[in-house]
Amino acid sequence: MLLQRISDGRFADNSLSNFWRSLSELDAARHNLNRLLTGDSAAGTSSEFPALNVWLSEDDALVEAELAGIEAEDIDISVTNDSLTLRGSRPAYALAEGERFHRQERGSGQFSRSLQLPFRIDADNVEANLSKGVLQIRVPRAESDKLKKIMVRPA
Amino acid sequence: MVTAIAEADKQEVQEAIESTRAGRVFVPRADIFESQDKLVVLADMPGVDESSVEITVENNILTLQGFVKAPVRDGYRPVLTEYGVGDFRRSFTLSNAIDREGIEAACKNGVLTLTLPKSKSLLPKKVTVKAVSD
Repeated sequence: MLLQRISDGRFADNSLSNFWRSLSELDAARHNLNRLLTGDSAAGTSSEFPALNVWLSEDDALVEAELAGIEAEDIDISVTNDSLTLRGSRPAYALAEGERFHRQERGSGQFSRSLQLPFRIDADNVEANLSKGVLQIRVPRAESDKLKKIMVRPA
Repeated sequence: MVTAIAEADKQEVQEAIESTRAGRVFVPRADIFESQDKLVVLADMPGVDESSVEITVENNILTLQGFVKAPVRDGYRPVLTEYGVGDFRRSFTLSNAIDREGIEAACKNGVLTLTLPKSKSLLPKKVTVKAVSD
C-alpha cells in the first residue's frame, strides 16, 4: 500500500499536487476512522513505529519521523538503490529500587521501517538530522535519474 | 529479548475548551512513575525544547504545553502523512502530597521530564526510640 502510493507519485506532476495533498489527508482520516472502529484508541497500536511523513520535490525527498527520547547514535539509516531503511531502538526506563509505574504509554524496544522512493537515491549525499526528537532525512535523487530536458534545435 | 516498539497513535486533544491559538493540538504520550520521595512524569513532545515548553500549576491542575510550528515546505508535495504536527497539551491533577515549589522540569531530545517532589511533611519519618533508663 505504502510502496504503491509512493511509486505512483513518480508520475504526478504539479497539477496533481492538490490531489496528492487531499489523498494524504484522506489517508489520515481513514486512519483515525480505523482507530475508532477497532475500539480503544489508547490501546490501538495499529501503525508501525515510527510514523513517517514524506514530501517530494523534483530533486529530493524529505522523510520525517518523530523519535522523542532517542539518541542519534541509536539510529541507523541505510540506503540501497531506491529504498531507505530506518532502524534503531529506544531503551525502556529501568526502574530503580522502590520505584513503580503509574502510567506507561511511551513505547520502548526496537524499530525498523523501510520505505521505497520513486527514484534512485544518490546514496553519498543523504543527510540526516536529529533535532528535538524529530528526525529529518533529505534523500536526493541520483543524477542519472533526474529529469533531463532536451533542447530541440530548428533544422 | 528485545521487543518491537508498539505505542498508541498520536492523538489530538478532545476537549471543549476554546483554543486561543490556531492549529492542531496533540496529547503527548506520557510515563509516570513514583518513588518514595517524588513523582516523575516523562512526556514525549517531539519538536519541543526548553524555550517552547510551558508548565503551569493552577488549582491543583498541572498543565504541560509544548509549542511546535508545522513546517511550510515550498516546492514539496506531501506524499505520505502518517502523523500530524502541532502543539502538545496535557493536564494532570496534583495531589496535596506534591510540593509545588519544588517542581523541576528538563527537556531533552523532545522528551519533557518533570520531577514532582513529595512534601517533606508527608515523607515517611523515622522515629527513633530512645532507651529509657529506669
